[in-house]
Amino acid sequence: MTNPNNISLNISHALEFIDGHALNIPTLKILSEDGDILDGATAPDLNKETALRIYSTMRFIRLLDERMQAAQRQGRISFYMQCLGEEAAITASAAALKQEDMIMAQYREQAALHYRGFSLEQFMNQLFSNEKDLGKGRQMPVHYGSNELHYLTISSPLGTQIPQATGYAYGQKLKHIDAQSGELSSEIDNVTICYFGEGAASEGDFHAGLNMAAVHKAPVLFFARNNGYAISTPADEQFKGDGIASRGVGYGIKTIRVDGADTLAVYAATQKAREIAVTTGEPVLIESIAYRLGAHSTSDDPSGYRTKDEEAEFKSNCPVARFKAWLLKQGWLNEEEDEAQKDKIREEILAALKVAEKIQKPALEELVSDVYDTPIPALQKQYEELKEHIKQHPDAYPITAGRIK
Amino acid sequence: MAKMNMLHAINSALDITMAEHPQACIFGEDVGYFGGVFRATSGLQEKYGKHRVFNTPLTEQGILGFANGLAAFGAPALAEIQFADYIFPAFDQIVNESAKFRYRSGNEFNVGNLTIRTPYGGGIAGGLYHSQSPEAYFAHTPGLKLVVPRNPYQAKGLLRACIKDDNPVIFFEPKRLYRASTGEVPEGDYTIEIGKAEVVKEGKDVTVLAWGAQMEIIEQAASKAEEAGISCEIIDLRSILPWDAETIAKSVTKTGRLVISHEAPITNGFGAEIAATIQKECFLHLESPIERVCGLDTPYPLALEKEYVPDALKVFAAIKKSVEF
Ligand SMILES: Cc1ncc(C[n+]2csc(CCOP(=O)(O)OP(=O)(O)O)c2C)c(N)n1
Repeated sequence: MTNPNNISLNISHALEFIDGHALNIPTLKILSEDGDILDGATAPDLNKETALRIYSTMRFIRLLDERMQAAQRQGRISFYMQCLGEEAAITASAAALKQEDMIMAQYREQAALHYRGFSLEQFMNQLFSNEKDLGKGRQMPVHYGSNELHYLTISSPLGTQIPQATGYAYGQKLKHIDAQSGELSSEIDNVTICYFGEGAASEGDFHAGLNMAAVHKAPVLFFARNNGYAISTPADEQFKGDGIASRGVGYGIKTIRVDGADTLAVYAATQKAREIAVTTGEPVLIESIAYRLGAHSTSDDPSGYRTKDEEAEFKSNCPVARFKAWLLKQGWLNEEEDEAQKDKIREEILAALKVAEKIQKPALEELVSDVYDTPIPALQKQYEELKEHIKQHPDAYPITAGRIK
Repeated sequence: MAKMNMLHAINSALDITMAEHPQACIFGEDVGYFGGVFRATSGLQEKYGKHRVFNTPLTEQGILGFANGLAAFGAPALAEIQFADYIFPAFDQIVNESAKFRYRSGNEFNVGNLTIRTPYGGGIAGGLYHSQSPEAYFAHTPGLKLVVPRNPYQAKGLLRACIKDDNPVIFFEPKRLYRASTGEVPEGDYTIEIGKAEVVKEGKDVTVLAWGAQMEIIEQAASKAEEAGISCEIIDLRSILPWDAETIAKSVTKTGRLVISHEAPITNGFGAEIAATIQKECFLHLESPIERVCGLDTPYPLALEKEYVPDALKVFAAIKKSVEF
């Protein structure tokens, strides 16, 4: 029986409490560590071209992360964040989407952006906050965004993108709702994927976003990256119960948990989740279980809160190597070419870095543009005063002084 | 006395508090074993146990809601918000709850035991979301106290005063100064009275006022001014709510001029309140309009941070303008 409380009651006479850990959601795994399809598992429909594009994206991001981490150590950029350990989760999920699907990311999802076509030069321009940065040099490194590539610009406050994704996805669905009946009249053409960490899943915004999506049926794919740590806080000090996946179930959202180091499992799960979202208009939650292999960011030192042994254990489970092993077995990849490619990419990255660091900073007017569509009078006045001040003291403001009109 | 940087001084104030009250708790993101992203709470979990110094899940509204409850129970609640930029998810708990607990209950309940510590301000290449100075949002809220130290000595004495104060207090820590320098700090307990400004240097031509990290900037500007033959009286406000209008008015009555500087955007920044009050208090003594040198009315930028900030050169220009008016 359903009642006004919107629950179908299942009456019992036993005084019994359900344990908070009673759910034990299975974890989808398809590929063995050696690159074989596991017994009983089914490989997703993944063609050679897509598979190689996933692989080359993962390889590129590894090399970029490695180089830019070093560049930060050399003082060439102020900050960096790697996606080490989560390359498969991020790339394979992005690959299972349509190019026009919206991506709302947290900050560690550069691989998804590269998969979409964000170029090496574009990465560099943002990292060096030069005048070619699409974000006009306003945000810290790794806060990428591209309207053309349907990738919402990263915002540092955690979790804020989660309810936004619900709203955006609802907008995507509205186009397909029959004006008369209010029902979904056709398959939805585009959905929104929303990435966030298990840490961010503690924010109020997470609960608001999931609940709204469930109640109002928004075609959003919530992609929780459970990588074991939020800066220094281990997952067991972050949440109790059966991971983030159990929250999805709690909100009445279709949910799956995947091995986040397994490219095929992530691809299969995301592909299926997208199909559910476009046909029913409802949200889906995917929890990816992986390990944040690197430091949280270049401002962090994980040796203070986790052991080398723990890191070594996870290092041996490399998502890139696992997928590569499968590609080799498929005969789609060969070792020599792969090595040659790596060297070539390393050179390209270094060359692009050298170019980007020489490009000048944004012009002074970018300080006041985009606060509003056009600067309001008070701001305009402040800008005029600032220009005057800089003209009088050009030596003190070398980046902008020579370029003031 | 010992040489301490600001982080050590804060750690020492917290340590004393934890030893003093068996129910005092320190909590926030990463503050446990790791000691917080800036290490202000280092060593305290080992000393006082995981039940009193602990990591919270990543939820600022949770941290402040929990803190309100714990403080209402009567335990000293020492909550950390990792960056002042991330205090906004807790805005409702602070502005509607912490600030109004006592008033709305007719003093049946209060959260006077609550102290919120949070690093604020720019100068660390942190861009939009690691550089904000949100004090003015809270200064608009009756029921809260707001305190900002400028050096290690003050950090310890003021933090101890905040903790002992029987009202909820937000203690804004200038993160740029955390490790910038050391100073002599007593190892034992002491407090510095909340609500009193400090005349850092006496002068006769113009009063220059700031707080927290901006003190360094106005001191640089004042020494440029001294070179140019202008004598500056330098005041550190120290406490934004309540604020010491009397000390400022007395100084401005003497000098006839006031320059206020803060990092936050100028419009509706706390400088506006000071300017309005002082022009009323000192109307007949003012020789020139009160000048404000503040952040622009834009979010805090990254690449053009140098252009954006109210630096010593801009403060110096305002001092000259005020004197030459
Ligand atoms: C609202 C808010 N609070 C705090 C922070 C500081 N902070 C940045 S990243 C981070 C940890 C996030 O961990 P998680 O969501 O698990 O993602 P991961 O870094 O593991 O990928 C914290 C606390 C922030 N950016 N926003």
